Amino acid sequence: MSQDPAIRVERWTPLSRISILGAAIVLAILATGPLFFDNNAIDKLTTLFIYVILAVTWNALAGYGGLVSVGQQAFFGLGAYAAVRLADAGVNVYASLILAAVIIAAVSLPISSFMLRLKGGEFAIGMWVVAELCHLLVNLDSLVQGETGTSLIALNAYEADTRHALNYWVALGSMTVILVILFVLLRSRIGSAIQAIRDNEEAAAALGVRVMGTKRIIFVFAAFGAALAGALWLATAITFQPKTYFGVQWTAYMIFMVLVGGLGTFEGAILGALIFFLIEAWFGASGVWYLVGLGATALIFSLFVPRGIWGWLERRYGLNLLPLGYRILGIRPAARTAIPNDGAAPSAGTS
Amino acid sequence: MMIWVNQIVQGILLGGYYAVIACGLSFMFSVMRMINLAHGSLAIVAAFALFVLADQYGLNPFTALILVLPAMAALGWVLQRTILERSQRGGLLVPILSTFGLSIVVDNLLFEQFGADTRSLAPFIDELSYDSWSITDDIYIGKLAALTFVTAIIILGGLQLFLTRTQLGRAIRATAEDPDTVGLIGINAKRVNAAAAAIALVTVGIAGAFLGMRATFDAYAGGPQLIFAFEAAVIGGAGSLWGTLIGGIVLGVAQSVGAQISPQGFLITGHAVFLAVLFGRLHLDTIGTTFRKTVRRSA
Repeated sequence: MSQDPAIRVERWTPLSRISILGAAIVLAILATGPLFFDNNAIDKLTTLFIYVILAVTWNALAGYGGLVSVGQQAFFGLGAYAAVRLADAGVNVYASLILAAVIIAAVSLPISSFMLRLKGGEFAIGMWVVAELCHLLVNLDSLVQGETGTSLIALNAYEADTRHALNYWVALGSMTVILVILFVLLRSRIGSAIQAIRDNEEAAAALGVRVMGTKRIIFVFAAFGAALAGALWLATAITFQPKTYFGVQWTAYMIFMVLVGGLGTFEGAILGALIFFLIEAWFGASGVWYLVGLGATALIFSLFVPRGIWGWLERRYGLNLLPLGYRILGIRPAARTAIPNDGAAPSAGTS
Repeated sequence: MMIWVNQIVQGILLGGYYAVIACGLSFMFSVMRMINLAHGSLAIVAAFALFVLADQYGLNPFTALILVLPAMAALGWVLQRTILERSQRGGLLVPILSTFGLSIVVDNLLFEQFGADTRSLAPFIDELSYDSWSITDDIYIGKLAALTFVTAIIILGGLQLFLTRTQLGRAIRATAEDPDTVGLIGINAKRVNAAAAAIALVTVGIAGAFLGMRATFDAYAGGPQLIFAFEAAVIGGAGSLWGTLIGGIVLGVAQSVGAQISPQGFLITGHAVFLAVLFGRLHLDTIGTTFRKTVRRSA
């Protein structure tokens, strides 16, 4: 960084302090949810938390890592499957949800070592092949009985009200943990490294960024998120039918959420999950046309609004709620305004 | 023993179909450096178009191709000029995202129109769908499978001749090498790419026809076809035309032998062989690089 005393590098802005405080307050209020809401509302919110996990982790992979995968349903399905298996082996149901995600994250490590050698579209479809293979292999398990599936019977040990509340808290807690991990990751060297790789892999490698290791961290994080979401989905749905969990529609949802909300923006993925949640509530019943609409919206956003709603807002109003980037400030005369991006200085946005 | 030989023969023939569906994907990849994720869905569009023409208007699927293939070519042109061209300007991620969005739109529109029923073109081609030549008591060659295989060779040979011997073919190769520089020598890269997309979709149309005659299909059958096409193209070496035939044969033989091992074996073995080839190739690359480094150091 420059030694020029007239220039100051700032991460935290007053706005970002307020946003973090606001987010903490919202999470604290949400944590008291089961005391006020009925089971129906609790279930809906649990679904929203799962969508946020899916959107945020897919965004980490695609938006920050530049790795578009259409096979994250592999980990979603495996997470649910591992939870079924662990619960069947006698592990406490809620412990098995978390443990399943950890195990699948470990499984994703060897997968990453050769899938990450693929580039662009090859990586995208290659991951889909992995998902198909996982689906077929899970079908072979006699516990699952092919497409017939099985259910998380162990959940019956809990009374309905307790179960809904526990699902809610576990999902809320998981979402918070995922958000915090990503926040910390993005603020660390890894965050800068992964975005450097996304923008230009050769240049990043030339600057000494560990390309493979960094990509791997993001890949495993995304797999962990998808597996966690799958296990949580299992807790709310109770039944495990491989076809539902390994379906490519999950990728369609993730792409929709992230593209509409804002590819490569932290806040955008959350916004996208919220929008998807509302759209599903309003139009989900219209079946096929709803899916046509999702696909068409994703297509239109990818072509015309590639940075999504949040990306547009961010650019239009210079809005940065979270302290993820660096702001370069000139503190010389009175005005504490951001120096316009003149090429040499990194822009005030995410850097 | 003869059962296995027969399975391998069937696998090779099946490879002909995979080569037909993979060559369009591979062709677009080599020319435009992009993978069209709606590739499989577009083959299903062609299959449904042929089905409607046969079912409603009594047109034999082979005759109906005279109408469907030009329509597919036009669709390819329009697709390139409206969606693909714009998505390519948006960087590396946008083509993947937009063509995936397109595939969802296409699949669900097909579902809206035709419902969940599976369809087949087999009833419209009479005895061709089941006739076969028997080589020995255990080995037979289906006439349709043989026709598909021969078509694959004709398409691949035709594409190669086209790329090497014609003005447009050379323009396509030049554009694939460097889309910016060709503008300097009077080639309109946009039109060349649109022509390439049109050609790719003609092969997609033919693939849809053979899929429909060989098996059944439904609105959501596009995804698996994309995966098979992709596997064949990658096994054969992405972007290489004759490689897709080899890739198709490897995939077909793996599936066919896998099916003989267990009922679920067809797909599992296919995917497993694909991943094994991928892994093997990457591993060999690493060994090759290490070897070259060692040689360079000692030199």
